[in-house]
Amino acid sequence: MRELLMGYLRGYRGRVTVGMAAKVVEVVFDLMTPMIVARMIDVGVAHHDARYVLRMGALLVCLACVGYCFTLVCQRMAALVSQGVGTDLRNALFKKTMELSAEDVDRFGTPSLTTRITNDVNQVQVAIALGIRQLIRWPFLAVGSMVAALLIDFKLGCIFLLCTPLIGLVFWFVMSRAVPYFRQMQTRLDRVSLITRESLSGVRVIRAFRREKDEFARFRRAANDQAATAVAAGRLTALLSPATFVVLNAGVVAILWSGAFRVSVGDLTQGEVMAFVNYMTQTLLAVAYVANLVVTFTRGSASAQRVMEVLDASPALAQAEAGRVEPPARGEAPAVSLDDATFCYAGSSQPALAHVTLDVREGETLGIIGGTGSGKSTLVQLLPRLYDATSGSVSVLGRDVREWPLDQLRATVAIVPQRASLMTGTIRSNLTWRKPDATDDELWAALELAQAADFVRAKPAGLDEPVEADGKNFSGGQRQRLTIARALVGSPRVVVLDDSASALDFATDARLRQALASLSGTTTSVVVSQRVSAVMGATKVLVLDHGRVAGIGTHAELLRTCALYREICLSQLSPEEVSA
Amino acid sequence: MANPYAAGASASATMSNVRGNVGGTDPNQGMDVAGYGVGTVLRRVMRYVRPHLTLLVAAFVASAASVVLQLYVPVLIGNAIDCMVAAGRVDFARLAPVLRRLAVVVAAAGACQWVQGYCTNRLSYNTARDLRVDAYGKLDRLPLSFVDSHSHGDLLSRVINDVDQVSDGLLQGFTQLFNGVATIVGTIAFMLSISVPVALVVILLTPLSVLAAGLITRKSASSFAAQQALQGELGGFAEEVIGNQKLVTAFAHAPADVATFGRVNAELYEKGVRAQFISSLSNPSTRLVNNVTYAAVAIAGCASVITGWPTPLSVGQVQSFLSYANQYMKPFNEISAVVTQVQTAFASARRLLALMDAAEEKPDAADAGELPAPRGELELDHVFFSYRKDRPLLRDVCIHVPAGKRFALVGPTGCGKTTLINLLLRFYDVDGGTITLDGMDTRGLTRQSLRSAFGMVLQETWLFEGTVRDNIAYGMPDATDEQVVAAAKRAHAHKFIMQLPQGYQTMVGEGGGALSQGQRQLLCIARVMMCDPAVLLLDEATSSIDTRTELQVQDAFDRMMEGRTSLVVAHRLSTVRNADCIIVMRDGRVVEKGTHEELLAAGGFYRDLYQSQFAR
Repeated sequence: MRELLMGYLRGYRGRVTVGMAAKVVEVVFDLMTPMIVARMIDVGVAHHDARYVLRMGALLVCLACVGYCFTLVCQRMAALVSQGVGTDLRNALFKKTMELSAEDVDRFGTPSLTTRITNDVNQVQVAIALGIRQLIRWPFLAVGSMVAALLIDFKLGCIFLLCTPLIGLVFWFVMSRAVPYFRQMQTRLDRVSLITRESLSGVRVIRAFRREKDEFARFRRAANDQAATAVAAGRLTALLSPATFVVLNAGVVAILWSGAFRVSVGDLTQGEVMAFVNYMTQTLLAVAYVANLVVTFTRGSASAQRVMEVLDASPALAQAEAGRVEPPARGEAPAVSLDDATFCYAGSSQPALAHVTLDVREGETLGIIGGTGSGKSTLVQLLPRLYDATSGSVSVLGRDVREWPLDQLRATVAIVPQRASLMTGTIRSNLTWRKPDATDDELWAALELAQAADFVRAKPAGLDEPVEADGKNFSGGQRQRLTIARALVGSPRVVVLDDSASALDFATDARLRQALASLSGTTTSVVVSQRVSAVMGATKVLVLDHGRVAGIGTHAELLRTCALYREICLSQLSPEEVSA
Repeated sequence: MANPYAAGASASATMSNVRGNVGGTDPNQGMDVAGYGVGTVLRRVMRYVRPHLTLLVAAFVASAASVVLQLYVPVLIGNAIDCMVAAGRVDFARLAPVLRRLAVVVAAAGACQWVQGYCTNRLSYNTARDLRVDAYGKLDRLPLSFVDSHSHGDLLSRVINDVDQVSDGLLQGFTQLFNGVATIVGTIAFMLSISVPVALVVILLTPLSVLAAGLITRKSASSFAAQQALQGELGGFAEEVIGNQKLVTAFAHAPADVATFGRVNAELYEKGVRAQFISSLSNPSTRLVNNVTYAAVAIAGCASVITGWPTPLSVGQVQSFLSYANQYMKPFNEISAVVTQVQTAFASARRLLALMDAAEEKPDAADAGELPAPRGELELDHVFFSYRKDRPLLRDVCIHVPAGKRFALVGPTGCGKTTLINLLLRFYDVDGGTITLDGMDTRGLTRQSLRSAFGMVLQETWLFEGTVRDNIAYGMPDATDEQVVAAAKRAHAHKFIMQLPQGYQTMVGEGGGALSQGQRQLLCIARVMMCDPAVLLLDEATSSIDTRTELQVQDAFDRMMEGRTSLVVAHRLSTVRNADCIIVMRDGRVVEKGTHEELLAAGGFYRDLYQSQFAR
């Protein structure tokens, strides 16, 4: 929590100082009040001077009002600083999540990341605001009361020196014993919710195995345990306020008794004894507040930790040094080549892709086919560097992908994912991802190619038709065609279609393939599919089996040489279609 | 990595598969919270308090006593101050008994406070436990349709959070409320008894602070709403982008999204500063009024001492008044805090009661029979079923499975295959037609007895937090170690279990912890093996597991099915090929039946399905 705050508070040093200084002034005013009241008694009442009483009273009102102004300054600073830090943190967190690897995003989970950006940052904000507003006030008030008391009368003030630490001790005694209980309470509550969650997720198994009664008994035990700990913790915390009350008033009794002796010999006045009593009350209030602050800060620091976890995660890929590279002229280098590329997902011992070597020339089409889990998607994700190959190398346009600036590489390779994802906005805002300044003509051209122009034209707002979250207001097939169009805007040199036509009917699929074929010569396409019909027309077909290359070649070659390919073909097509 | 672009999407897809597409996830569906008035809520909660009534009474008595005693303290301090007027004018004879009394009152007040705190805590935690146990018990009696159609997070939150809210708000809140009101009434009474005019100064000035606080709250409410709205927008945007992080990365679109986020965030900053500043005015403003009141009391008090007008007052009494003026505001602030807490508690109590009152599963028929030794002959006769009345799912399904035969169910997603499992085990009841086991209508059997005839392995493997052994012996808790090991061996699970750190005593976490998908599946198979059921219902996993485990799972499945009636929702070629009969379903109807060869030769829907990669 400390490092995080220090780093982010640095820019707000001035405001923090002003806010805290204002708070100090306010506290000083508060500390003066009992002294002024003492003067009213000792001077005003003792000399029957009503005008003095009025003057002092007016001073009290003045102090209250001026103090209020200082408080406003402090509150304003607290708001500016805490919201400022919160805003900075949110920006940093969001930027960071964009740089995380897919595994890290999965590991944290989208809901958790979102919660950290929203709720956890809010908790940190609350803690900062409270820190500026209250962290100065209450300890300062406690210490100040003590000092003021010592200044009035040192001997009597010693009672404070005894009582304040005693109250602190009571808090320490109770809290240090209660905190382990709190922790245990939380673990036991976690267990109660675990059992509840399990019995909801396993409701079928539990009922099928007729274990309802046992689960109920298990839950009851856990609930009993939790309640027992809570009661034990409660027994302790219930001590807190009575104990401070007793200590404080014991102090008051001591002040009154020894004060009486000091008054009788003329070392102290009646008003000063009153001031003592009032300082004592202030001290009590202050110590109680400090204890409350501790709770808020503990919560804040847990949140700060969750925020730090994300900020500390290492970004997915090492970025190549900035600057642009000059891509080779068309046809100069192979569009895509893999050299003994192997890839393992983190934590998995089996490679998802093993020793793949292949070359695709510019303008050619590569088809990739294989069963579920054969590594097709993994392979194509290496091209825009969503992952780095574990060993071997991947090159695009003759240059190792690790030597490309990421932005430029991803502008060169456009991918259409398996899951057609659209985001809230308009059709236009979804299409212009690759090229923010694309003209309407460019967008329509891409839509035509993707066989999406017809239904977009039919929309009342055309390109500006709103898109709901996840593209819910479009059918699966329409979403797929829009994501294809999105990839085609800005004429990428390499287009990757990752099984992205599965929701299209055969006729549309065929038209789409034809349209894409018209690009050949200028655009290199990589087409992943489970349908033979989608890849058999490709310049080259790659057959993958459990991450390994089972065959590479044209449709005709593979029919002759690759048993797996033949099997797949025969399961999907009639013999005439296969040989056609 | 079936769907590399969608984290978690596949898991939820599996879920909805087994849970059936019940549709709407309105959290309050079947749990109407509107019908609970304040009286009803209190009466229902009181039912849980009644066993702890002594604690409740003790808490209130102690609270009243401690308030009175605490308010008596300033009076005694004032008396003591009056004993020490000036040098040489200190009345020690009078002072000593006053201080003695003060000490006793303080000690008694402290004791009462402790009793109150202790009793309230105990009362609220014990009541919370009772509420929780009842709420959990209710979950057991709810029909599956209810559990499926409600978000588990929401149900969980009712059992955990809402119960806490109720015990915090309604029980602790009420004692605090009582305490606060008693303090206010007591303070007024004590002040009036000392001096009516000065008391009036306090009583008339303090409402100002309540007014100020109210004004500020109203003003800040609208800024808070604006802030909340923006925060929601920001959160929604972040969630959408993070959910598509991989895609955003692939398109190098992150900078644009970061910019958009930054724009909304900057706006949130403006609104946030405003909302926070306005709301943070409330405390200082009440303190201002409080300080002014304090000054007024000091002036009025001192003036009364000097002039004896309007009432004569002693210096000690001024001191008492100053204490009261200081303390008087505290209960007001506390009460306003408690009121919001009590409001949330009522909302929580309504949600909890709505859960408790949700319609329960229809109990077994009074004359429901037991099944002595099931042979395993299944018959579905003209079965109709739907999760939602407006969307018929199963239509006129007739399937006859002779004892000991192996049947496979195939068909596109959403055709109703999995639903059949729900109906056979009577997780749901048919809308029309009958299902018979060994010729007996399943509705005429007790659910317990019916379910004991079945063994079930679902796609979604369920392991609970416990040892491997406990998970395997789930259906037979008193099994011997030999039986457990034998079952594990038959399920090909023994070998990998022995490689786990503590073998059969290894703890598996919720959902299976460190085990792979395939290993979890093997444990679930072993669990069913233990029970030796007459009929097997299997829902094969679609997610790909590594080849070796997959072979083992398949072999384990095959062994399990030997000589048993089995009905498999099939996703694997081998399962289909080896089935005695394949039932092809489409849109809730049985469209074809036969062996693999027969159906291929028939050239119908099965052939299309088979050719388009079969599983899809």
